[in-house]
This record gives sequence, structure tokens and C-alpha cells, in this order.
Amino acid sequence: MLSYILRRVAIAIPTLLLLTIISFLLMHAAPGGPFTSERALPPAVLANIEAKYGLNNPIYVQIINYIGGIITDFDFGPSFKYKDRSVNDIIANGFPVTLTYGFLSFAVAVLVGGALGIAAALKQNSWLDYFAVGVSIGAQVLPNFVMAPILVLVFTLWLGWLPGGGWNDGQWNHLILPVIALSTSYMASIARLTRSSMLEVLHTNFIRTAMAKGLPYRVIIFKHALKPALLPVMSYLGPAFVSMITGSVIIDMYFSTGGIGQFYVNSALNRDYAVMMGITILIGGLTILFNLIVDILYAWVDPKIRY
Amino acid sequence: MKFSKSFLLASVVSTALLSTSAFAAGVHPETGEKLADDQTFTYRILDEHSSFDPQVNEDVSGSEISRNLFEGLYSQDNLGNLVPGVALSHTVSDDRKTYTFKLRDDAKWSDGKPVTAGDFVFAWRRLSSPELASPYQWYAELMSVENADAIVKGEMKPEELGIKALDDHTLEVRLTKPLPYFAAMTTHSSTFPSPSWAIEAHGEAWTKPENIVSNGAYKLVKHVPQETAIMERNTHYWDNASTIIDKVETLVINDENIALTRYLAGETDRTEIPAGQFPRLSKEYPDQAVVFPRLCSYYYTFNLSDSGPEEFKDVRVRKALAYAIDRRVITEGVMQGGQFPAYTFTPAVTAGFEVPNVDFAGWSQKERDAKAKELLAAAGYTKDNPLEFDMVYNTSEGHKKIAIAMSQMWKQKLGVKVNMSNMEWKTFLNERGNQNFELARGAWCGDYNEASTFLDLMDSESGYNDGKFANAEVDQLLSDAKSMTAPQANYTRIEEIMATEMPIIPIYHYTNVYMMNAQLKNWPIKNAEQNWYAKNLYKVAK
Repeated sequence: MLSYILRRVAIAIPTLLLLTIISFLLMHAAPGGPFTSERALPPAVLANIEAKYGLNNPIYVQIINYIGGIITDFDFGPSFKYKDRSVNDIIANGFPVTLTYGFLSFAVAVLVGGALGIAAALKQNSWLDYFAVGVSIGAQVLPNFVMAPILVLVFTLWLGWLPGGGWNDGQWNHLILPVIALSTSYMASIARLTRSSMLEVLHTNFIRTAMAKGLPYRVIIFKHALKPALLPVMSYLGPAFVSMITGSVIIDMYFSTGGIGQFYVNSALNRDYAVMMGITILIGGLTILFNLIVDILYAWVDPKIRY
Repeated sequence: MKFSKSFLLASVVSTALLSTSAFAAGVHPETGEKLADDQTFTYRILDEHSSFDPQVNEDVSGSEISRNLFEGLYSQDNLGNLVPGVALSHTVSDDRKTYTFKLRDDAKWSDGKPVTAGDFVFAWRRLSSPELASPYQWYAELMSVENADAIVKGEMKPEELGIKALDDHTLEVRLTKPLPYFAAMTTHSSTFPSPSWAIEAHGEAWTKPENIVSNGAYKLVKHVPQETAIMERNTHYWDNASTIIDKVETLVINDENIALTRYLAGETDRTEIPAGQFPRLSKEYPDQAVVFPRLCSYYYTFNLSDSGPEEFKDVRVRKALAYAIDRRVITEGVMQGGQFPAYTFTPAVTAGFEVPNVDFAGWSQKERDAKAKELLAAAGYTKDNPLEFDMVYNTSEGHKKIAIAMSQMWKQKLGVKVNMSNMEWKTFLNERGNQNFELARGAWCGDYNEASTFLDLMDSESGYNDGKFANAEVDQLLSDAKSMTAPQANYTRIEEIMATEMPIIPIYHYTNVYMMNAQLKNWPIKNAEQNWYAKNLYKVAK
């Protein structure tokens, strides 16, 4: 097991490096640059700015400097757009925000979605099943960019219960709407996945055997059926967790949370190279990490899997 | 024990008194209106501003913040006229190339230090220095400050810039050529003073709330990127006693519809009205929906360079296309926010600019359509041989609606075939700047309130002249106008040439379309540049 983990970590390093280089090249290939603007800058001014940020060097020198800065100083460079902040600042400010609402949304999605899915499977074709399936399909077809304005309209404008946006250092009433908006579609997917895999497990031979042996229903469900039923759900949860904690541009945009999801998309539009690279590496690193965790959990859940 | 309790009480009361404005719960000293207890002004901004540093910032929302945090030589009143800021007055030398500003001696920074002429010298050198590499370096060149050009190019040192502190309260600026509107240019945030000691102590981090020192009516107390910036009264500000608004808060809300909802829920005092919603809102909230002219122009530009299509080299084609646009349909049917149909490039609201009576502005749309058909036929385009070209705009719902309306008008009236496409903003700028287009959308907002801020785009040498229109007479008229005290005749002539040559198709002149809290008073709706100062605003009681 340990050697497996070490091997995976060893592969992660060249993967991240490759990710960095490819993103860097793709970004520079996009037309326009960080200082392209409607007020086109005079050549002398542009030259000064490019010299300041080292953009006048050949691209391979830029890549080497960039990667070198990360390795030696853990410095992800300056933002070209937000001039008094570095990429480290932006991530240090924005990531805790997305981590907070992302983690809460994940918890809500897993708990509610999982419960709905299990309940629906156990009472297949009952009103509970139809209700759960109905809710999850409803949540699935309502994308969060539709949910968000509706939530604000209802809870902020009509009822006046909750603020329509802002973060306010993570005060609870600012968290509710973003968490609902972000968690619903994940919750729906988790409910449907759990339901179908639970149904599949319930129809397998070993469950039938357990039933025939006369084991209590509770024991059959929680001790024998749940673990294997969670396998397919788990492989969904890894990437879902990463995408939730790294933020959603829709949530950041509609609720002005100040999270990094918004910065990520804006950095692409602004050609803010360093910010875009920094967040790409963050998301890449987290994706690799959580895929590894899921794989380790697999082995724990399913004894058939050995590394 | 008893003592400490009363001491505590006294300190609480005195803090409460300190933090409340002298006017709260009072009446306005001039108008006598009853003032609201809470003097907080909260407004929506579309996107996070680029910097709090007045010399580095490059966007409108950042300049608005700068004008509240800092104060330059001059400010503007509600009509856009110059009023004293840190400078009380100035004199101009006989050759009109040396300006001497007399600074007030009671101006102070938020840390209590006096504001001196040296703070301006430091700021202006900083603005032009290649080391800071401000995107607004060119502003020093635009102001024609002596040696600014060479300093930006790195040929001279920032210390050689034509600005000098004769003493703590006398500032001298030398220009390379007379510039009639030089004094007016000092209202721009890039010319505001900056505190050398704070910048030297904290480097780039000097603009963080815990480090920043500013000389305006407010100081920064909190900043959460992409969420909010909160500014409170600078008690050291020289005119603090007559300031009424206690707190200024910006809220970054990217989506304008959400911004409107949050405005209606009472979370902000001001927000923009999304296109098409003004008629409904002005009916429902007649005291809150406001519209007033803005110093911006919406147009389409023909590519007249060598890479442009042959068709557009024929002035008859350009004129036919410009005439066939029914601008009323666009302003009243599509935009619905009181925009003004445009027949000239320069908006009517521009200070000192009289809109010339160009020929096609006076015709009825029927006459324009008839003329357009005639011209296009004369240019050799018929039903069997229709005119066809590409039209490009930057991705946006609003621009798309207008482009569709325009192409439909051309198709129905002239049988012209238009291939529309849209591009992401930076790509669009890149393509347009490299003349990779046939007909492209453009918009321009005045950098200062004078017609040359628009018409300079028609200079054949201008870096913003993306259509590469070149006319020797226009170049001469523009260059002469720079040193004239009454350049209107030149501007009239240039607009007339544009109506005959039609290098661009003017579509409409912008308006500001806002929802504004009815309690908020003294918004400078007549200031075309919308240079507003929170210290001049106030909120009346309900």
C-alpha cells in the first residue's frame, strides 16, 4: 500500500509539471495579452510594463522562471490585473471562501443525496421512491445559474430573510443561499447514483443469501449492502469534491462571495497569466490528491481491490 | 469601581459622538432638509477595481474610489467646473507653458502629516517612471509635462520631470507646449498625490487597509477582493466639518440583474438598470429610476486600411450603410434607456461643444433610406449582385441585439447580406487593432470633457484609429485645435468631413441609467464625466 502511494505521488510530479507547461503555452497562444485594452498602450509604456513582468523574455525563459519561482520561493508571481496583489494573496484570500461553502455544500449533497438515494432504493416503486426521483430530477434540470437568481428573488426580495450576496467573513446567513445553489445538482446526482447502485447490490446473490440466513434487515443493509453500493458513488465524489471546494464561477458571480472561482474565469478573460496558472496548479494538485484518496478508500471498502 | 464604571460610560459616549457625523440627526446646513441618521452610501460596481494606488489604477471604478480616498490639485463641482482641491488657485506664465499652483496649507494626510507640494512631485515622478510601469504612464505625456516622453522611454530620469516644489505650498509644472485644458486634467486620479513615507515603508503593500495613508475625505478601512471596499471619514481632511456621508461602501456584483434585485431589497443605494428595463422601472419607481447623458459614443468602424474590403473604399457604400440605419429603432426599441440617436461622433453633452448640423441628421428616415438605395445602386450593387460583408462585435447580449437590428435594416432596405460574428473581448481588441475585420463595433468614452478626446481618434497617427481613416485636413485641424482657445470651428469642420467621408457609422450616444435611492441627494447628474465625490452627497430622512 505504502509503495503504491509513493508511486502515485511520484507520478503526480511530472503530471503537474506537464499541466503547468501545457497551460502556460495554451494561455500565451490565446490572442491578445494582459495589457491589450481599448486604450491601446503606447509602445514605450507597453515595453516598460512587459519588462517589469519579464514578459519580454523568450517563452521558455518565462516558463523556467515561473516554475523556478514556485520551487524556490513558493511564489506564484504577481497579478497583472490586480496590481497591488500577488497570486499568493489572491489564493490565500479566495480559497478559504470557496473551501468553506464548497465543503458545506459537499456535506449537504452527500448527506441529503445519499439518504434520498438509499431510501428510494429500499422502498422501490413506493411514493418515497417517486418523491426522491422527482426531487433529484428536478434539482438536476435546474442549473445553478437558474437557481441562484430564483433563490435571491424569493429569499432576499420577497421574504427578506437572507442577504442576496456578499460574504461578510463567512457569517452563517450569507452561507445559506450559496450552499443551496451549489449543492442541489450534486445532491441530485448522488441520489440517483446511490439509488441505482443500491438497487443493483440488493439484487445480488450474497444479499439473497443473507436474507435466506434470516439476518436482521438492518444488518443486511448497513453491514453488507451499503459498502459495495457506495463504490460507484465514491468515484464520483472525488472529482465532485474538488470541483466544489475550488469554487464555482456561478456562485461567486451571483453571490459576490470573493471566492477563487470568479478569479479563475476572470483571469482567463483578462489574460492574467499568473493568476490563471496559480489556480490551475491548485486545482490540478487537488484533483490528483483526491483521486488518490478515493483509490485508497476503494481498497478499504472493497477487499477485492488490492494494490 | 464606581469611578471606572462612569469612566467607561464616558468613553463609550465620546466614541459614539466621535463616530457620528456632526450632521447626523440634524439638518442640511444649506438646504435645511432633515438628514437621515445613517449616512452610509453603498453602491454597486460591476467588477473588482485594479488598484487603490492612484498612479497605478486603470479603471473607472478604481478612479471613483481614488477620488474619495485622495484629493488632487483640482476637483469638479456638480456641473463639471473646476473647484479647488489641494490647490487654491494657479497662475500661468506668459508663454502659457509654466503653471504655478498655490496649495492650501490646511490639507492633511490621514496620518496627520501636512500635504505638501513635494507629495505631488513624488506622485508625478512615480507616474512617469518606467520602474513603476503604470499603465497610465502615458497620461503624463498627454499632459505634455516637460521630459515625460523621454522618462517613459527610459532616456531620462524621473527626477528630470518638469515638476518642482518651490516651497511646501507652491508647485510649479512646466509643459512642452501650451495646453488650454491642462488645469482640468489635474482632476484625473493618476495626478493625485501619494505618500512617499508609506510607499517606502510598505512597498506594493502600501494600499492595504492597515498601511494606506490618503489625503481625501475618506480613508480605507476594509477591503475584501471581489466583494467589498469600505471607506470611512478621514478626520484629518481639511473639509471634514462640512462632509455629511460617513461611510462609503462598494459592493462588487457582476450580474446586473442580481444587482437590481439586491438594490430593490435595499442592499445598495445605486445600481445600473439593465438594457430594456428602464420603461418598466420608471413606471414602478418614478422617484428612483434616473437617466442622464453620458460622455460616450457607440459606433461601427469601417476598415479602410489595405487589408479592408474593396467595397468599403467606395464612399457611396459607406454612406448608404450609415444612412439606412434607423437609429430611433435602436434607441427606443432595443436600448430603451433614453439614449440619443447619433449622427456625429462627439456627443452633445461634451463641454463647449456645439453639435454641428451635419446633412443627414436633418433628413427624415424616409429620405435617408431613399438616398441610401440610390447611392448603393450607383455603386453598382443590385439584387443579383448584392453587397456582402462581415460584421464583428465583442460578445454581449446588448451588442448582439443591436447588430441584428442593423443587419435586418440593411437586408430589408438595401438587400445587403451581412455575416455577423462575435468575439471574446481581448480577441476582439486584438483583431480590431490589427485590422483583421471589415466592419467592427466600437465605443469610446471621453477621458476628459472636451471634444478632442473623441475627435483625436480620427487622427491618422492615432493608436486608436483602428479603421485607419486618414485625411490630411482632419490631421491639420486637430493639431491646430490643440493650442486654440476656441477650437469649435475646427471641431465643426471635422464632424462635417466625417459626415461626407463616413469612416465610421455613429449609432447612439450613451446615457447613465440608474436606480438611485430617493433619499440620496446631490448626485451630479449634470457632470458629463460623472466625476462624483461622496463628500458632496447626503442622505435625507425618510
